[in-house]
Amino acid sequence: MPAEVRIRVDGVVVSVPAGCSVAAALCHAGRGATRQALDGAPRAACCGMGVCFECRVRIDGIERLGCLTRVAEGMEIGCDA
Amino acid sequence: MTHDAIIVGGGIVGCAIAERLARAGLAVCLLERDVLGGAATAASMGHLVVLDDDTAELSLSAYSCARWRELAPQLPATAEYRRTGTLWIARDAAEMDEAARKRERLASAGVDGELVSPAQLALLEPALAPGLAGGLRVVADAVVYPPVAAAWLARRAVAAGAQVRCGVEVRAIGDGDVLLADGGRLRARHVIVANGCAVPELLAGVPVRKRKGHLLITTRAQPAVNHQLVELGYMQSAHGGDGESVAFNVQPRPTGQLLLGSTRQFDDLGCGVAPRLLRRLVARAQEFLPALERMTALRAWTGFRPTTPDHRPLIGAWPARPGVWLACGHEGLGVTTALGTADLLAAQLLDLPLPFDARPYAPARFAPDAELAHAG
Repeated sequence: MPAEVRIRVDGVVVSVPAGCSVAAALCHAGRGATRQALDGAPRAACCGMGVCFECRVRIDGIERLGCLTRVAEGMEIGCDA
Repeated sequence: MTHDAIIVGGGIVGCAIAERLARAGLAVCLLERDVLGGAATAASMGHLVVLDDDTAELSLSAYSCARWRELAPQLPATAEYRRTGTLWIARDAAEMDEAARKRERLASAGVDGELVSPAQLALLEPALAPGLAGGLRVVADAVVYPPVAAAWLARRAVAAGAQVRCGVEVRAIGDGDVLLADGGRLRARHVIVANGCAVPELLAGVPVRKRKGHLLITTRAQPAVNHQLVELGYMQSAHGGDGESVAFNVQPRPTGQLLLGSTRQFDDLGCGVAPRLLRRLVARAQEFLPALERMTALRAWTGFRPTTPDHRPLIGAWPARPGVWLACGHEGLGVTTALGTADLLAAQLLDLPLPFDARPYAPARFAPDAELAHAG
């Protein structure tokens, strides 16, 4: 298993540790926010265990929870959910 | 001290009564055992809707919706009062006939409705499934965010001199007083019990049963919905009997989220979300809004409607206990009818002209000595 996988975040290719969650990968890639509140405030994973729903992102076009989804090579992530 | 009136229960009904009586100059004390608007009020959709399946429900809900419209300019923005209107959806010709009859009944209470053809329906709500028969649009209906509206009514009550005490549980209602869980007693000339499903804990003879409901809210996404959408078969679900039922009822939130209802069950007294009921709720909604398939559910929760045997609320004196008044049993219409309930109760308690006929809601119909009370 490679140590890293490449994913695209809002169109930008980044390398992140293989096997980590999407929420962790975004953090690793220096993305502080996974989405924005209605007033534009940045939001990010709070609980990390599928309860708060703050880390939801669009993964390959489908809205999912970043903390409960493992990264995979070539994954497309959109922080517009 | 002796209060003029103690109100037990700080849901939207209790808060509306506190506000109304405090404005009338009474020394009012509202007691809420948890937080204001935290139970059925918080769980509800906040659809301010005129219902017409009996004349009593029609006069109470039409009066109350008019009162909400009067109040709307003063509500804080966070109460999210919006005139979405209601679009009652007909699936076939028989339901379209029912839409026409519904329009007539609403008109008798001064509420305007317009019949909508399938083509107009598609223009008003493009996300609806093709093949529907049309509907009835009631533009005066609205939505509100109930816990904020309840808290605002309570603040108005305080501004008018009322005491509002949260975290204070009433253990028993005595003769001219209430006994608190901490052992204290508070005296009052009138005790108004407005604690929804918890009424039987204090007054065992009051026939209020819990009727569970599930709601689900989506994340922000398409499709856009403009009106509160309700299937015309809803009333059959609401009043159709004691069995489990599911009806299509969707509310657009100002955020772009959709709030999906509604389910009804008497047999489940636990507050947990039942996946089986959620599946039925979503499947029903998808029959009307196929694009829901692509949406993501954010949260689901449950609440309990305080239901009486004849589905009409209890508003007025409780003959079994002198000095005790009831304002409970509003089932799924407590937010809509909170303001009318407050006016009707205040008129009876203060001996003012009644805003509409009080008899259909008289708790005496369920009192042990009901026949005697009616004769009197």
